Amino acid sequence: MWELFLTFIKIGCLSFGGGYAIMPVIEYEASARDWMSASQFHELASLAGMAPGPIAVNSATLIGYEVAGWGGAIAATLGMALPSLLVMIGLSALLVRNFELPLVRKVLYGLRPVVAGLIAYAAIRFLIPLAGAGWLNWSFLGTLLIAAGSFVAMAKYRVHPLPVIVSAGLAGIILF
Amino acid sequence: MIAKAGLLWQLFWSFIRVAPTAFGGGYAMLPVIEREAVHRRNWTDKETLNDLLSLAAAAPGGVGVNAAAAIGYRVAGSPGSVAAVLGMTLPTFTLVLVLGFGFTLVADQAKAIAALQGIQGGIVGLIAMAAWRMGKAAVFDASTLVILTATLASLILTPIHPGWLIAGGLLIGSAVIAGKGWLGLAWRLERPKLEQQEEHVYPEYYI
Repeated sequence: MWELFLTFIKIGCLSFGGGYAIMPVIEYEASARDWMSASQFHELASLAGMAPGPIAVNSATLIGYEVAGWGGAIAATLGMALPSLLVMIGLSALLVRNFELPLVRKVLYGLRPVVAGLIAYAAIRFLIPLAGAGWLNWSFLGTLLIAAGSFVAMAKYRVHPLPVIVSAGLAGIILF
Repeated sequence: MIAKAGLLWQLFWSFIRVAPTAFGGGYAMLPVIEREAVHRRNWTDKETLNDLLSLAAAAPGGVGVNAAAAIGYRVAGSPGSVAAVLGMTLPTFTLVLVLGFGFTLVADQAKAIAALQGIQGGIVGLIAMAAWRMGKAAVFDASTLVILTATLASLILTPIHPGWLIAGGLLIGSAVIAGKGWLGLAWRLERPKLEQQEEHVYPEYYI
């Protein structure tokens, strides 16, 4: 439980750029500590993505529960939220008003492309385990099709994520 | 003392109401936060709130939790921060566990597994969307393109801890800006405003 708490504190400190960028970090830590397999992780992450709220914190809750029950869920969630809380208290105390925006923007210059890479990698990681039995199997191609459809619906037609997720679930029931 | 406890309770309760609206990521709830903090409770004015929110977006962690911490601090100091963050976390914590339990109940049904797999596809689409938006905001010159390519390559080809890449991006980005300034080259920190505006939502909207 202590290990869960400390691990998610570490992850929380690194979570610049918010939820999706941190998913590869969470997966890395979870598999390095033998908490769960990649496919188990992606199952939990899908559930986490369905609930409102940041996917990273939701995943932390579910992983904590999976590893150590109720206490684990609380420890992981607190670990994830604590660094944000402390950093924000510190920053707010230092910079009550008129903080140094140019500095923040300089930092973001190099950070943003890394975050974009991390997010893209998170999407790729979701697809890899499905292709385990070869690239040309039904479940891989079906998932890819749903992913592409969801992307187009949101990018082109600006559909809200909620109906996209619901239709993806329905499409899954029909396809698989 | 009693007034202070009342204020903390108000913070906690306000953010409990805001949190479940965060479907599709933290940025979706910013308008709701504004309505609650500026118009309903009169905690800050709009301008201060915008400053707080850009700070919340830049700090590590989810923008929603960060915004709660920043507003809580302004209203009632550190205890206010804690109350607001607890309020922000509790509803989603409960909901995601309920979802988890709900799924274990039906996990032996073939069609439930099929639905979850479909949702996995939807999540991939959602993440790809976030990567696309982030990429568009991030890559606008040669150095940012190199950083993006190098990040993806090292993630796919090496077992490196992603934390090092984040630190590397910070360092290399600052070094590039400093170097360009020193050489007298033109540099800019963001995509020019004109292109950014046609995007019309925050680039990190879905995160």
